[in-house]
Amino acid sequence: MKERDFKIYRGDNERGELVNYKCKVTEGMVVLDVIHRIQADKANDLACRWNCKAGKCGSCSIEINGKPRLACMTRMNEFNEEEKIVITPLKSFPVLKDIVSDVSWNYEQNKKIIPFSPSKKDKEKDFVMMQKDVDRVQHFRKCIECYLCQNMCHVLRDNEGKEKFSGPRYMTRLASLEMHPMDKADRIADIKDVHGSGMCNITRCCTEVCPEEIQITDDAIIPLKERVIDRFYDPIMIFFRKIFGKN
Amino acid sequence: MLLYSKLKEKEKILNNDLITENWWVSPLLVLLGLLSFVAYSTWAAWQGEHFWWSAGNEGFGGYLSPFYSPTVYIDPSKSGVPPMNHALLGTWPEWLWWLPGQSPAWLILIFPLSFRFTCYYYRKAYYRAFSLNPPACAVTPIKGIPSKVSDITNNKIKIFNSGKRYDGEAGLLILQNIHRYAMYFAVIFIFILSYDAFLAFFNNGKFGIGVGTVILTINPILLGCYTFGCHSIRHLIGGNLDCYSCSLYKDKVNHNSWKIVTFLNRRHQLFAWLSLIWVGLSDVYVRLVSMGIVNDINTWGI
Ligand code: SF4
Ligand code: SF4
Ligand code: FES
Ligand code: FES
Repeated sequence: MKERDFKIYRGDNERGELVNYKCKVTEGMVVLDVIHRIQADKANDLACRWNCKAGKCGSCSIEINGKPRLACMTRMNEFNEEEKIVITPLKSFPVLKDIVSDVSWNYEQNKKIIPFSPSKKDKEKDFVMMQKDVDRVQHFRKCIECYLCQNMCHVLRDNEGKEKFSGPRYMTRLASLEMHPMDKADRIADIKDVHGSGMCNITRCCTEVCPEEIQITDDAIIPLKERVIDRFYDPIMIFFRKIFGKN
Repeated sequence: MLLYSKLKEKEKILNNDLITENWWVSPLLVLLGLLSFVAYSTWAAWQGEHFWWSAGNEGFGGYLSPFYSPTVYIDPSKSGVPPMNHALLGTWPEWLWWLPGQSPAWLILIFPLSFRFTCYYYRKAYYRAFSLNPPACAVTPIKGIPSKVSDITNNKIKIFNSGKRYDGEAGLLILQNIHRYAMYFAVIFIFILSYDAFLAFFNNGKFGIGVGTVILTINPILLGCYTFGCHSIRHLIGGNLDCYSCSLYKDKVNHNSWKIVTFLNRRHQLFAWLSLIWVGLSDVYVRLVSMGIVNDINTWGI
């Protein structure tokens, strides 16, 4: 058993400090275990959020050595024994206390999305679709709302784009609704204007960080950008729509 | 207990210094890779000669550098150029006197260039490596001299302001949305380069195989794997549909083609680099053979 060095952010949304802690690390521990051990032995007032410890609830999102991670899914053996590990709260959202952030901005974005809208007819009869259609939308439903992607996205993180962009998590939700065979709502104009698909410069950090390995950029954002192009930027498509009607 | 007076502002603590990994390695490699390709292709396009080899034979067949295909105009006074019957529009026209090196490559490079420039993969690559916005994940976009590039891209035309405002692809870069049109041309080029590969199997009308044949055959294959993995094709071919089970045609034709494009699309980055490197190498090879520096090993015995 070896004592290892940690630094944990202690403070609130305005001010704080990186406090040094030592902690014995045993085999099989994840970073969340370390936080718990420090909390139990050295800092009883350390705030931390967690729930499932299985990478499925999305509560334990923090940053480890400056990178957004799930505390419960980051194993200690991926770091060198000598390496000092710095644990900080999500950079893109306000800090409530210590390493717990207030992610409620995300819920506000969610409310702006037109919900699932099947037609009355489809709701009444049994709608039949094949597995391939199910797969495509279900892929997006693996999301555990950890908001690591929202935190990682440089538009929200560093470029102060919170007013203009709903973020990758909601691009994913929009894609799952837009591509749903039963859904009848039209969100294309919203995707461009309300949710700001143009703000994303497809640099793929959201995809890299997603613990559920959702292909956010390739399967959600780019297809949505292409649908926006169909509607607003492709002169031939616009011309044909004018002549032959909607399809 | 924490002493409030000792505390620092949160923003001062949560900065790039926390990152321990060498995040700059991959943007640096991309930067060097793209710069060297741009440098070489500019030089090669400037030459305007030594892009063809058929050992002086006039008959059907020969090696043509992909940078110069199709041969729009040919200036027969230069060395290492195809016989006149390959020219689509004849000899070099007067009104194009201003093109550097009187090289027909400029007339066609614009198509693959605009295709790659607006490609969703290359966009990621150069936004990270050149605009440094962001240079790597979780790394603060670098303001200062290099981000003058981002200033141009992010602030429409107001070049010299602080670089604070970010418009993503909603500002000047809205132009990236022409990608599907660039793609239509790129698909035509696959056919042209496949014809060149066919041409490389012949010399003076005689069938055969040389090292150049192999190189020029792999070229359109790699380019095809890159081009047909394009996100715009993936969208137009079936990604734009919401329901595959709703008709037999959508199920069989659209969904199956979408699946093939998706397979290539997942490897888009790989083929983007492979095809880029291979196109460059093909030009190098044809050039060296045409200049007589390298001897092509082949079945024609020339
Ligand atoms: S790909 Fe787009 S949404 Fe994802 S992190 Fe990058 S800018 Fe943000
Ligand atoms: S898309 Fe992935 S990274 Fe984003 S909130 Fe969902 S699970 Fe987390
Ligand atoms: S505790 Fe549930 S995801 Fe980490
Ligand atoms: S997305 Fe790369 S070629 Fe179209």
